[in-house]
Amino acid sequence: MRTRFRPDRQLSARMLLTVLLLGLVYAAFVAALIVLLKSVFWVVVIAGGLLAAQYWFSDRIALRAMRGQIVTPTQQPRLHGIIDRLCATADMPKPRVAVADTDLPNAFATGRSTRRAVVCVTTGLLRRLDTSELEGVLAHELSHIAHRDVAVMTVASFLGVLAGLVARFTFDSQLFGGRQRNEGYGGLLIMAVIAVSAAVYAVSFLLIRVLSRYRELAADRAGATLTGRPSELASALIKVSDGIRRIPTRDLRAATAFNAFLFAPTLGSRVSLATLLSTHPTLQQRLDRLGAISIELGEAAPRWDS
Amino acid sequence: MGFLDTLLGRTKPVRPNLDVLFAIPSAAYTLQAALGLAPTGTGAVCFKTAEGEAAGQAQTEALALLHTEPAARPTLSQDEYGYTWLTIHRADADVSALVTALHAVNTTLVDAGFGSTLLCTVIGFAGADPARRVGLVYLFKRGTVYPFAPAPGQTRDTALELQVRAQLAGELPIETDLGRWFPIWGTPA
Repeated sequence: MRTRFRPDRQLSARMLLTVLLLGLVYAAFVAALIVLLKSVFWVVVIAGGLLAAQYWFSDRIALRAMRGQIVTPTQQPRLHGIIDRLCATADMPKPRVAVADTDLPNAFATGRSTRRAVVCVTTGLLRRLDTSELEGVLAHELSHIAHRDVAVMTVASFLGVLAGLVARFTFDSQLFGGRQRNEGYGGLLIMAVIAVSAAVYAVSFLLIRVLSRYRELAADRAGATLTGRPSELASALIKVSDGIRRIPTRDLRAATAFNAFLFAPTLGSRVSLATLLSTHPTLQQRLDRLGAISIELGEAAPRWDS
Repeated sequence: MGFLDTLLGRTKPVRPNLDVLFAIPSAAYTLQAALGLAPTGTGAVCFKTAEGEAAGQAQTEALALLHTEPAARPTLSQDEYGYTWLTIHRADADVSALVTALHAVNTTLVDAGFGSTLLCTVIGFAGADPARRVGLVYLFKRGTVYPFAPAPGQTRDTALELQVRAQLAGELPIETDLGRWFPIWGTPA
């Protein structure tokens, strides 16, 4: 089909590289665990269980954390109307729609599958944005659902969490456990396990953050493709980032640390270290990318994709 | 979406399927014979106008194409969601000609590279009582059709919609997922 929306090959390549690096780190970690430690079975079970629960109940956990309420088309006709249209354009099943009563302007999408997905927006967002901007934000969230980001990020973070747990448990059991195993070879082994696990945790943490930022850019891109209006999304981003910086931090802490895909980061992005550890790309980076798509759209003679 | 697309967060724009439109004229006979619903001669294409001058040019081209035929009266309007409706009204209520014109508009937009922003095409039908109205809504991305019967006060005449579905099930690919029968209030068609 002829389309003006070119895939971003560079972004795809970077994301693939990140995923490969992450896989490499994990493979090395599992190998090290098998060599160093024979009884990792129960750690794997606990970590796996926790993540499976988080994955399975992701919609309910996130909705409860943000105090989102599912709304019907009669309660929110504008919101439902926009989502109906976007879903018809994108050919995807309609997710459930929820509204969270907070002034923090944000939106998120979560749920383990496209069938179980929920899109939630806050009343602060509904109040600040006009219909086209809201549509841009919702297209971004629907793209997260289409890309199955909850599943991808849950799998990606699985071994990272596992590594953290191994380091923690081994450290604790060495402190409080039997002293007799601490001598000679056993003590060295435990130190090695802690060192490897900690290193894996640190590296995977960074890589997961990189992956998360790439997925935000991918969702921006797919969202702009859906509406054909990257500038509306950019304008919504500016409004929302402005609003977020003015909100007191008490709200911010309540809104972090769960497996959902927020539209805008809840931390102000200023420092470069913060950029490295952030789950979202900087505002400037996102605006630049959207600007590039806008220019592609306006070209009189587009380069066609098959 | 394939595994790699999921892994890399890519969406392929969905290819619009335009050919089902040509099955609508024969469905119009069925509707008239079985339910007394006659075509109103009005049809509309709904799409999101992408930003930039290229989209504006594609629209102008589509309109110019329609002005070559004197029987058709095209109009452009915007709805409250920022979507553009290109409405064509034919006084003679010739459904075949109407469908051909709508197809031409769609093809122009697809050829200009804006196929992914097409939402739907609606063709209007009405009974002897003008309050009994049905729009056949064609979803490009699914290649399916569903009936939409607006009733007063933003409600839907679901019984009528289901009657239409039963009548047309053999002739048109009717959308099976009722969750995708979204309402289009205030459609010009």
